[in-house]
Amino acid sequence: MFEQLINGLTQGSVYALLALGFTVIFGTLRMVTFAHGEVFMVGAYIGLSLFTYFSPNFFFALVIVLLATFILGAVMEIVAFRFLRDAPHFSSLLVTIGISILLINVAQLIWGPGTRAVPPAIIEDLAYSEIEFNGIYVTYLQLAVLGVAIALMVAMYLFMERTKIGMAIRATAQDHEAAFAMGVNVNRVFTFTFAIGSMMGGVAGLLVGLYYNVFFPTMGTLLGLKAFSASVVGGLSSLPGAVVAGLIIGVVESFAVEVWDAGVRHMVSFLFMIVVLIARPAGLFGKKELIKARGD
Amino acid sequence: MTGPLREAIANSPYWALLAVLVIAPALIENQYILQVMIFVGIYIMLTLSLNLLNGYVGLIALGHAGFYGIGAYASAKFSLELGFPFLLSLLGSGVVAGVFGYLLGRPTLRLSGIYLALATLGFNVVLWLLLLNWMSFTNGPLGIMSIPPPNIFGYEIETRSDYFYLILTLVVLTLFSMNRLVNSRFGRALVAIREDELAAEAIGVDTTRYKVQAFVLSAFYAGLAGSFYAHFVKYISPDSFTHMESFIMLAMLALGGSGNLFGPVVGATILIVIPEVFRGLLEYRMIIYGSVLVVMMLVRREGLLGGRDYSLRLRFLDDPEPEYTVGDKFLPDGDVGDGAEASSNPQGVEGRS
Repeated sequence: MFEQLINGLTQGSVYALLALGFTVIFGTLRMVTFAHGEVFMVGAYIGLSLFTYFSPNFFFALVIVLLATFILGAVMEIVAFRFLRDAPHFSSLLVTIGISILLINVAQLIWGPGTRAVPPAIIEDLAYSEIEFNGIYVTYLQLAVLGVAIALMVAMYLFMERTKIGMAIRATAQDHEAAFAMGVNVNRVFTFTFAIGSMMGGVAGLLVGLYYNVFFPTMGTLLGLKAFSASVVGGLSSLPGAVVAGLIIGVVESFAVEVWDAGVRHMVSFLFMIVVLIARPAGLFGKKELIKARGD
Repeated sequence: MTGPLREAIANSPYWALLAVLVIAPALIENQYILQVMIFVGIYIMLTLSLNLLNGYVGLIALGHAGFYGIGAYASAKFSLELGFPFLLSLLGSGVVAGVFGYLLGRPTLRLSGIYLALATLGFNVVLWLLLLNWMSFTNGPLGIMSIPPPNIFGYEIETRSDYFYLILTLVVLTLFSMNRLVNSRFGRALVAIREDELAAEAIGVDTTRYKVQAFVLSAFYAGLAGSFYAHFVKYISPDSFTHMESFIMLAMLALGGSGNLFGPVVGATILIVIPEVFRGLLEYRMIIYGSVLVVMMLVRREGLLGGRDYSLRLRFLDDPEPEYTVGDKFLPDGDVGDGAEASSNPQGVEGRS
């Protein structure tokens, strides 16, 4: 029972991390990116390559993934959004869909279409050593996933609330024209925000990849979509909402497997989302005005 | 020149194209080419139906493969378990897809674009998972096999060219009915919603109702395409109806251009034919689709043929255009200058309609 809860929380913290990235991006750019799951996949594959061919150092991989997905996010924002600032949102959306298809297929060319894994000998220490708390066994990896996820969420919170750039991001999110008038370099804030959001996605990829030790080119698609639903449930622009919704979905999923069968598991988040969209479109923590926001 | 003769001349390129397509199977011996042409037909139907939403109403629907899949599974079930004749399965699967369109559209179309995009995508994924996991009904990942070939009033559709004529008929019917639809009051209401939803609402267009109707119709057409697909390939599995399939339709629409009936046809044709012509590219098919989406949006957002009206000019079927008379407040200044002249020279007025 408790182990199931821990599993759910671990899984949920990954959803939360992904949803957080998604929410940061939506909150500021008012725009959905459909390539989020693929950034996640890229993060995972970079982790795979580093562990397999370089060194199985978790923190080293973490730093590299952070950097790489940050750059990937920045590039994506410039291609998909900066050039399309005045275009209907539909155009940006299609570009992110295009990028996601491209990333999947490029990954297929680089790492092959099949399933891959880090050789067990390399990951053994991390994945199979367990710690006991009052009879509950937790692996190091689970702790690492939970720890990194929580650390990143806290870092994100502090960054948004305490730093000058965070303030600029919040100002831009509130009203980008007013922020521009106050001297905020809105373009740079957009790029930076997108890059940070992507970074969260990339780290989530690294964590999930190592946790399950299964890597395949479309691994991010379903998870990315679940993260979307988590942030919709959370209210699309509310950071705490994304975290809470991610955790709830993770826990409900892991209990759903117990009660029904494994197939139901993946449906939980989408059913959640559809119910929320029908009953309370603003989400659990969202603000009403966003429902009508920028629908074009 | 006026009257039917003028219309016949105006429409002649389309009739010529249709004539070429009608005799094509007799000239093409290569079954493989026919097969590709049949798939072009399926995707033309799908892209046209998506165009109704994305092009005419300006909604962002990302789960169209869901309706395609519902049509295919419904048709397979109708034929295999209820023993429906083909035409009934075809219509039935369109109706079933339409019902799902209503169930999905009714609650979500009140919301703005982003939510609709997410809800439709979520619908597509849930449906795929459902098809994959509901073993007793859909046979899960194994799919449904040995779907009977269509039998139309005793005539068994067997050869590739039979199938070609069937899909040609369906495509022509789709084009014809959509042409009537988008040039009607209904179509104008959809365009009004696309251009300015608030203004449309202000002049009395029931936007939600029209959107739901467009959604249902679009799902209906996609369901028809799915039904044909099921009876043509004779084997369906959940993997043919993933959201990647929806994205392919979006790429076709983005390439061809939306908001008219010509763009989707061209887009679907190009994107099916190119990977087949350059066989070496088949492996990179999805890369082509992805690049098309990115490049088209950056370079030519409206698509190759977007932004203009290329619709089939079947005007002789429409109501006669209203005669403009003097005092019509929409006449440009130059024409109203002299009332006597304008009324004695109706051609001059007619010419500007």
